[in-house]
Amino acid sequence: MNQVFGDFSEDLPVSQEGLTIAFSPISLPLKQRWQTNGLSADFMADYFAVFFPGNNSSVTESDTAEVKSAVSFIANELIENAMKFNDERSPYPISISLRMHSDRLVFQATNSVNPNMLDSFHNYIDQLTTLDPNELYIQLMEADESGGMVSSGLGLLTMMTDYLAKLGWKFETINTDPRIILVTTMVQLMI
Amino acid sequence: MEIKTQDYQIWYTEETSTITCQGRLRLAGLEEYQPMIQFLDDILNSQPALLILDLAGLDFLNSSGINVFLKFVLKVRQQKTTQLTVLGSSKVPWQGKSLKNFQRLMPELKLEFK
Repeated sequence: MNQVFGDFSEDLPVSQEGLTIAFSPISLPLKQRWQTNGLSADFMADYFAVFFPGNNSSVTESDTAEVKSAVSFIANELIENAMKFNDERSPYPISISLRMHSDRLVFQATNSVNPNMLDSFHNYIDQLTTLDPNELYIQLMEADESGGMVSSGLGLLTMMTDYLAKLGWKFETINTDPRIILVTTMVQLMI
Repeated sequence: MEIKTQDYQIWYTEETSTITCQGRLRLAGLEEYQPMIQFLDDILNSQPALLILDLAGLDFLNSSGINVFLKFVLKVRQQKTTQLTVLGSSKVPWQGKSLKNFQRLMPELKLEFK
């Protein structure tokens, strides 16, 4: 059974230009692997920076730096989240892809997710998709101050408030016994 | 007082009440940030009247790191005895986007870009 939340576009035109990085969650301990997050994110950012300004002479050097910085931040957060929330019982690979379209960059990060985490994940997605992200940002930090919640959701929220990205999620059950669920987080960054 | 690694450096200059943080910060979650949280708390506990947080040389900060600095701003706000200035760089794109949130949490905070 598939479930889709937020801005998850399944009918985007096929993009010929893209990069995918995939890795096994079990080949290397997470602590050792952590340093590859930055390497992967910066590689994606450096790679796509080559396409800017392209043929558009109105794009300045500082616009290129903005895109590069945004790609680096978003890719890094998506990989960190995919690693943090990956279902450790599942050998399914973690992947991140970035594809370029004429008006946007589209990130997709896929990992398996522990079924016990689904409720809190869905609750958070519900907040992200229904509340004003700028108000939610302040609310979360204030709640955090009183020790109310652990805000590991700040990365996704920052993409919305500071980078004006559109976020969507797809959950797919790919095995029922044991139950293995894949989540794909899609982030669309307008360029 | 300082923490220096290959990726990032943070140190406190008491004469100018300035905390300077440089490099690229992408530690894994709040646990790994604990030494830095302690470092910042120790400075705040000495109750300086003025404090400058100079982030202009910080090229990258992940969301856990943003969380650490936002929490620090909230502590300064709660303490009410320290006037905080945050220095950013207009040449570092993430700072232009994200440092304004510091001020949204604490409107009396001074935010300057160099």
